[in-house]
Amino acid sequence: MDHFPTNWGRPRNDAFDAYGTYPIAQRPYNGLKDAFAEGVQHTQQPIVTGTSVLAIKYKDGVMMAADNLASYGSLARFKDVQRLHPVGTNTVVGAGGDMSDFQYIQSLLDGLMIEEFTEQDGHSLGPAEIHEYLSQVMYGRRSQINPLWNALLVGGFKEGKRFLAYVDLLGTTYSASTLATGYGAYIAQPLLRKAVEGNEDKLTEEEAMQILEANLKVLYYRDARSLNKFQIAKITAAGVSITESKSMDTTWSFAEGIRGYGSQTQ
Amino acid sequence: MPDMVSIGQPQQRQFNPYSENGGTILAIAGANFSVIAGDTRQSEGYNIQTRYAPKVFRLTDKAVLAVNGFAADGSMFVKKVKQRLEWYRHAHAKDMPLRAIARLIQTMLYSRRFFPYYVYNILGGIEEDGSGAVYSFDPVGSYERESCRAAGAAQSLVQPFLDNQIYFKNQRPPPGTSNPTHLPLHEVLSLVIDSFTSATERHIEVGDGLEIFVVLAKGSTTQGLENFANVQEMTQTREGERMFNIRRNLKRD
Amino acid sequence: MTSIGTGYDLSASTYSPDGRIFQVEYANKAVENSGTAIGLRVKDGVVLAVEKLVHSKLLIPEANRRIQAIDKHVAMATAGLLADGRQLANRARDESASYRDNFRAPAPLKYLADRLGSYMQVYTLYSSVRPFGISTIVGGIDENGPSLYVIEPSGVFYGYYGAAVGKGRQLAKTELEKLNLSELTTRQAAMEAARIIHLVHDKAEKHFELEMSWIGDETNGLHLPVPKDLFAEADAKARAALEEDLE
Repeated sequence: MDHFPTNWGRPRNDAFDAYGTYPIAQRPYNGLKDAFAEGVQHTQQPIVTGTSVLAIKYKDGVMMAADNLASYGSLARFKDVQRLHPVGTNTVVGAGGDMSDFQYIQSLLDGLMIEEFTEQDGHSLGPAEIHEYLSQVMYGRRSQINPLWNALLVGGFKEGKRFLAYVDLLGTTYSASTLATGYGAYIAQPLLRKAVEGNEDKLTEEEAMQILEANLKVLYYRDARSLNKFQIAKITAAGVSITESKSMDTTWSFAEGIRGYGSQTQ
Repeated sequence: MPDMVSIGQPQQRQFNPYSENGGTILAIAGANFSVIAGDTRQSEGYNIQTRYAPKVFRLTDKAVLAVNGFAADGSMFVKKVKQRLEWYRHAHAKDMPLRAIARLIQTMLYSRRFFPYYVYNILGGIEEDGSGAVYSFDPVGSYERESCRAAGAAQSLVQPFLDNQIYFKNQRPPPGTSNPTHLPLHEVLSLVIDSFTSATERHIEVGDGLEIFVVLAKGSTTQGLENFANVQEMTQTREGERMFNIRRNLKRD
Repeated sequence: MTSIGTGYDLSASTYSPDGRIFQVEYANKAVENSGTAIGLRVKDGVVLAVEKLVHSKLLIPEANRRIQAIDKHVAMATAGLLADGRQLANRARDESASYRDNFRAPAPLKYLADRLGSYMQVYTLYSSVRPFGISTIVGGIDENGPSLYVIEPSGVFYGYYGAAVGKGRQLAKTELEKLNLSELTTRQAAMEAARIIHLVHDKAEKHFELEMSWIGDETNGLHLPVPKDLFAEADAKARAALEEDLE
């Protein structure tokens, strides 16, 4: 029995079924609400996000770059965020996407590395193992429809071999001599391929650095969620080193001359 | 009636756990051999993710599995099949026969009927009776044995070509002759290569590299395989079946 | 051991009429049968050393380690039942990891010692279990600098500048007391530790292996085995010192 008189005798929902006789009429539901009707909340969208990560193989190892911005929608919210994370002495993980999920991933990796360290058995996890681990975590979470909303690059150098691979919130993985996540996949990747493919064993550290900085600059001009403050990690036989944050100069004077869109009328 | 509330309507969730990573796979069975091939491009939308991501995998010395569809599901599925085959080896001290692998793949796919592996599988190899075989599957496990099958992005381009060239569909044999039931290896390999060069021309998701596996039955000669460039033998046991891998380049544009 | 046979020593859940728990005392006996373990808390770190008695020549060198890493910044050396030592180390690793999960910081040594003490104490309460047959030296570096604790089978724990447990603890303690621990460096402490272990070893006993690790400024706050060259130097010097004494 519906005890709300205002609901009584209301017409049936013609939009739903013009000639329906059953149920006689659809009425607002005033019964008990199940607080868990919508189920457990899972991440449905990223909140505070990082943009592209770029990485290339070069003569001595792997180099990776990311800017220091974490955006809150279109707001440039945090401008000193580190998106390149060293794991042990042979690996760097770079992340785009949700930064809180990335911080969680960092703590997973730190815990994992401590577990391995306490074994003190002379073995250590290298970039290939870290990438496999992350793939399983990411794929496992997507299979629970509760993804970690990131695109990750894993770069490393161990036992004379370079390693560079990708994994994302779907658990999709792949490997190549140049990789770029997010916007960088559209804008930087073609430029990186042109500069690197076939030259992996020739590019010097200076050249690699120059390629990445040039690409970060292109991204800063074209990606509205990027910043001209960034870090570059290199992983070589000597181990991991990540630069301090540095800024690059950009020029915007040309914008004055642009006509045809924006606020100017002529 | 916008304020008419209906009860228990499902909520649309945003996250889509699937993607589609392009590429094409193909397998053809001969009388005493089987050829399984796939391109090596992995893509998402208009992006090429990598130019080399293998889609064809050696399972045993007489079985090869090609997977196509959502790459993450594909690698996980292959990993699990390989694990089950290893357990079988530990339990029975021999490799699982091809038709048993086919049934295993069916049960594994169907066990995920309500959250499927978004993967099209083609299994190729040699049966216990020494004949070349191809099994093809849909994502939830329906399967049949065939003599040829193409799947993936360019299936609609390649399969009609194979129907015409392998099954001689829409072809009338010259008077007094009949169409052969099986083609020789060198002709099959030519068809495979032509299929992929053509698919590369007409489909943006196909290209970069071609990886072909050839499985030869016990006691078979190499049937002209030795004339091919970049052939690598991958046989691991002494059962008699032999496995070879051929790598070729495809256009990268 | 006049109380043996009186029935009060069969269970950890029963006191004897004079207020003792014999099972805990027996656990201490198990510790006394074990090779010595020592720990030195010095100016810039902690050094742990163990006299590991090797009961068979067939054993692989460095097998059955008695110094175990707990976290990046913590290690423990045990004297007593080897398996009990491993169990406690696993518990310590869980505690340390859980502290990191909860507080995003490395666990303080005192906290770990306290947790492990409580854990061991529980095994002195019930008739269904036996107390841990180990005394444990926990050493490491936290925000307060180097620290060193010993946890006994009863569950009590004390902080020390220098600690010794196991068979040769009396002599080792006498030697430790002679040192000005708060002025030593870890490098010097490693030399002293090797010397003390060699000194307290009873020649009539089985063959032994020296096991030594440290945590300090030298290792960037990580627990690591003492590097091979320094280990060899300390070991050689300790042997030489012994020879000298004999002459």
